[in-house]
Amino acid sequence: MSVAGGATPPFFRRGPPPLVRLCFFASLSVILLVIDLRFRTLEWARLSVTTAAWPLQRIAYLPIDTTETLAGFFTRMSTLQAANEELRRRQLTNTHVLLRQNHLEEENKRLRALLDMRERLPVEGRVADILYAARDPFSRRVIIDKGIQHGIAAGQAVVDDLGIIGQVTRVFPLTAEVSLLTDKDQAISVQVERNGLRAVMAGVGASTMELRFLAANAEVQVGDLLTTSGLDGLYLPGLPVAKITKIDRDNSFAFARISCEPLAGVERHGLVLVLGNRLALPAVPEDAVVAVESPMRGKRIKKKIR
Amino acid sequence: MQPSQSSRRILKPVRSWFIVLTLFVALLLNLIPLGSFPGVPDWVALTLIFWCMHQPQRIGMGAAFMFGLAMDVLDSSIMGQHALAYVALAYVAAGISRRVLWFPLWQQALHVMALMLATQGVMLLARLLTGAQYPGMLWFLSSVTAALLWNPVTHLLLTPQFRPEDKDFNRPI
Repeated sequence: MSVAGGATPPFFRRGPPPLVRLCFFASLSVILLVIDLRFRTLEWARLSVTTAAWPLQRIAYLPIDTTETLAGFFTRMSTLQAANEELRRRQLTNTHVLLRQNHLEEENKRLRALLDMRERLPVEGRVADILYAARDPFSRRVIIDKGIQHGIAAGQAVVDDLGIIGQVTRVFPLTAEVSLLTDKDQAISVQVERNGLRAVMAGVGASTMELRFLAANAEVQVGDLLTTSGLDGLYLPGLPVAKITKIDRDNSFAFARISCEPLAGVERHGLVLVLGNRLALPAVPEDAVVAVESPMRGKRIKKKIR
Repeated sequence: MQPSQSSRRILKPVRSWFIVLTLFVALLLNLIPLGSFPGVPDWVALTLIFWCMHQPQRIGMGAAFMFGLAMDVLDSSIMGQHALAYVALAYVAAGISRRVLWFPLWQQALHVMALMLATQGVMLLARLLTGAQYPGMLWFLSSVTAALLWNPVTHLLLTPQFRPEDKDFNRPI
C-alpha cells in the first residue's frame, strides 16, 4: 500500500518520462548520424548486421526472383530468336576487332618496351548480376551479387557493354553496393573524345549528369562523347561514359551548365562487369602538392572525390 | 470488431511474441527490393504506429530505435536516419493514442497520414542537411498508401485478440 511520501508502488513505475526518453534516443540517433557521416567508422556495424540479416534478405528477394523466373519462362520464342540473331550478328561484327586485339597488344608491348615506358597491366573483370536498386530514395545505388568472397573491393569500377555505370562503394561478404554515375556524391574525371578537353563530371540524379567547372566559352558541343581520362587513378582511360545533351552558356555565370546523359544502361538492370583494381599511379611529386595546397590554407577543404 | 475504442467489445490481451513477430514481418516486407517504385508504404513505420497506439505500455521508443537502426543498415542509408524518425514517430503516436483511438477508422487514417508525412519530413530534413538529393514529390505518396492501408492493417493485427462472438442477452458486453 502506498503511503504519502513512500516509495511508488511497482504498478505505477513506468521508467523515465516519455520526453526524457525521446531526448535520449533522438540525441543518440543524431550522434550516430554525425559519426556515420563525418568519421565513417560504423562500417563494421553495417557489415555485421547485413551479414546476420542475409537470410532475411534472401527471403525478401524471393517474390522478385520468382516473378523474374516466371517472366523468363513465358518469354515468347520469337523474342528469344530475335535476341539470339542480334547477338550472333554483334559477335560477327566484333570478331575482326577481337582477332586483331592480340596482335595489337603484342605490338603495343614491343613498342612500349622500345620507348622504355611502363607496361600496361591487363585488368581482369568479374561478371556480376545487379540484384536490385537500393531502397534509399536519396541516393542512386544498386546491389550486385558479388562481394568480398569473390574478390570485389571498394573503389573498383563497374561497366556494362556500353560504358561505365559506376563504382563499388561498399562491400559485404556476398554482395556489394555500387554507386551509379548519376548519384549526387559520385564524380568522375572525363575528357571530351573529340579534342581531349578534360573535366570533372558529377551526377545530379534522374539519369542525368553535369559537366562541372568548364568555362562558358569552353570548346564543347552537343553530342560530344565523353570518355574517362584515367587521371583519377580509378578508372581505366578511354572507357565511354556519357554524351552531352544540353549546353547552357550564360555569360553571367563563370561556368557553362552542361548536362550529359550516360551511355551505359545506368538505370537499367542486367549483367555488369566489375573491373579489377588499377595499378596505382606514380606518387605526386612533393613540390606539386605544396603548390596546390598552399592557396587553400585557412579555408575549409572540400570533401575529396570518392 | 473492435477497431476503435468506441466499439463495445472487449479484446483479449495481446501476446508479446505477436508484436515482435509482426514487426519482423514488416521489416521483411520493407526489404522486398522494389527499387524506387513510388507509393510503396513503409511497413515498419505503419506497424510501429499501430502498436504504439494500441499498446503504448509494451512497445515504445526503444523498439522504434532498434528497428530504425535495422532499417538504416538494410536500406543502406545513413545510420540514425530511420532511427531518429521512428523514435519521434513512436513518441507522438503514444502521446496521441488515447485521443485518436476514439475516432472511427477513416479519421484515424488521417492522423496516420499526418504522422507518416511528419516521419518522412524528419528523414528528408536529416538527409537534405547532409547534402543528399531531393527524391521528388512522388516519394510522399507512400504516406498516402500507408493511410489507405490503416483499415485492413488494424483488422489484421487485432485478429488474434478478438473473442468468438456469442450473443448473451443477459450480459450486454
